[in-house]
Amino acid sequence: MRAKLSTVAAATAAAFVLASCSSGDGDGGGGGQAASGDLAGEGTGESCTIEGEVPIGAVLSLTGAAASYGESQQRGLELAAAQLAEQGGVTYDLTIEDDQTDPRQGITLFDQFVTDGVSLIIGPTLSNAAVQSDPIAQEAGVPVLGISNTAAGITDIGDYVFRNSLTEQAVIPQTIAKATEEFGLQNVVVMYSNDDAFTESGYEAFAAALEAEGVEVSETLTFSKSDTDFRALLTQAQASDPDALVVSGLIEAAIPLVTQARELGIDVPIIGGNGFNNPRLMADAGEAAEGVVVGAAWNSSSDNPENTAFLADFEAEYGAQPDQFAAQAYAGLMLVDEAVRSGCAADPESLKEALGDIEDVPTVLGEFSIDENRDAVHPAVVQVVQDGAFTVLE
Amino acid sequence: MQQLLNGIFIGSIYALFAIGFTLVFGILDRLNLAHPAVFAASAFVGIELVERGGLSLWAALPLVFVFGGVLGLVIERLAFRPLKNRPDAHFAGLISSIALAGMLIALLQWRYGPDTRRFPPGSFPDTRYDVAGAQVTLVQVVILAISLALMVGLTYMVTRTRLGRGMRAVAENPTAARVLGVNVDRITAATFAISSALGAVAGVLFAINVNTAQLGMGSAIELKGLAVIIVGGMGSLPGALIGGLLLGLAEVFAVQYVGSSWRDVIAFGLLFVILLLRPQGLLGARKVREV
Repeated sequence: MRAKLSTVAAATAAAFVLASCSSGDGDGGGGGQAASGDLAGEGTGESCTIEGEVPIGAVLSLTGAAASYGESQQRGLELAAAQLAEQGGVTYDLTIEDDQTDPRQGITLFDQFVTDGVSLIIGPTLSNAAVQSDPIAQEAGVPVLGISNTAAGITDIGDYVFRNSLTEQAVIPQTIAKATEEFGLQNVVVMYSNDDAFTESGYEAFAAALEAEGVEVSETLTFSKSDTDFRALLTQAQASDPDALVVSGLIEAAIPLVTQARELGIDVPIIGGNGFNNPRLMADAGEAAEGVVVGAAWNSSSDNPENTAFLADFEAEYGAQPDQFAAQAYAGLMLVDEAVRSGCAADPESLKEALGDIEDVPTVLGEFSIDENRDAVHPAVVQVVQDGAFTVLE
Repeated sequence: MQQLLNGIFIGSIYALFAIGFTLVFGILDRLNLAHPAVFAASAFVGIELVERGGLSLWAALPLVFVFGGVLGLVIERLAFRPLKNRPDAHFAGLISSIALAGMLIALLQWRYGPDTRRFPPGSFPDTRYDVAGAQVTLVQVVILAISLALMVGLTYMVTRTRLGRGMRAVAENPTAARVLGVNVDRITAATFAISSALGAVAGVLFAINVNTAQLGMGSAIELKGLAVIIVGGMGSLPGALIGGLLLGLAEVFAVQYVGSSWRDVIAFGLLFVILLLRPQGLLGARKVREV
């Protein structure tokens, strides 16, 4: 699947909110003289105009196990690209490629993008693919912006690796703290799939957060990410009569796990990691999903102007509500635009500098900054499934 | 108690899958590696019948049984019959059935896409029973009943009917059977059809049990099916039944008593030990090599 969005440079300035240049961040080199070739432009912020097309590559998992995430991301990116095209001044040549949820394919695509000379690579969808493919971009000096990688250590790969997705390490302590307060948790059973980098690092974050809150873990159970029958594990979990199940797993495992837990009569809250944060959970698990608690990076009911506009635009374009993956993808490309415009230069080096300087930018995710570790900083939200929808846990 | 039931339910599906596997092996001395693909294909077809056709789960089962049978005939016709007179027919059939399995999976991917498919919500009855403190759903009870009924039916067919007699004759010695007027080609085709029909029902039951159908579900159970028929004794039907249940129970109790990370190590380790002690399998006859 190859989606190419070539945007036409329109002189008219569209009234899109996000483009306002955040003041005081970075010196940017005035008119963007730092950059070379046709990727340097005139002016700053909204008035920035760059002659050439800015090539951006995106590696998403559009098929395979993570296809449901990748599809959302694609929609988010394409919506953002369309809006940026309307705004004009800077033209993005966004190429989205499918890694088939296979890290090896991700490596190939990164190689290809680096060879093609893109200014920045967005993605890949899964953390375990990022661990393997990001070093290629790092070595080549092409910045990477992860829009869904939440495992620990991704940005440690190098100084060209950024992400706008809150790490599980940032979201999970807030989730556990909130859940402990809300449900009075005293002892829980932890379950996680131990053959995936993402779920494993989620587990570590859960374990640390539970310890910090003083919640006792009566049992820790592991499964494989391809498992579909969890009855034996759940029966084992049930035996210790926990106040909640804490699960770090991908959505493919989450759906049968939650269904079978309810079937066995486990009615306690099920606290999930980021993998559970997917509307398919309610669509496929139905009533069983009620009472699932998920920490999330994006508050879908937030009423900041960027978010309300995004919800309306997304609904108008696709006839469906966006999920967090779409929101982060959308915010990702908008942040890239922000970074390009702040220095009015789009070569890899300038982009890398500008991304690092992003601070307090209003986005659909809330006030957004990049910290010194190139990780995202913005508020998280704790949700619970109620009547078939995520609602903020309060 | 709950764990015992969990083990029996999953074990009965392993057994049903393995019995289809071992039937072809026991009678025709061929390993049909397209069997796992039938398992996956039937799960997707079953979901499609329920989703598009609006059938109830149980009405879809006989149709899938027939679908599996037809698929079995196709497999026999394409992957085995053209190669049957070659001197290396065992390996040729093995390889060509792998090829056919790959094509089946590719067709599935083309038709249904790579995503996990599930039955539409509300396809399952909510009835639950409380058996000695364990939770059992009606669906699980029916799965067990269907598996057992099919296995009993198969055993009856092989031991008591004319077709079964023909099968045993072919298993004993195909050439002699042909001399005695048995239509070997027909028996062979029937064996493949029955074997695949059983594999197909196992596939749907597995999909119903966990409400998940994935392209890789066949290869996930393939190894378990092979282990089951080896432990049970290659070609032995009751052996496959016992082997299936044993593997299901071993997995479940490994979780309970040893730890979830050790599940496969324990389950397959146990099979390994059984093989060391009884190389011919639990119910397999020791083959005597005559010079």
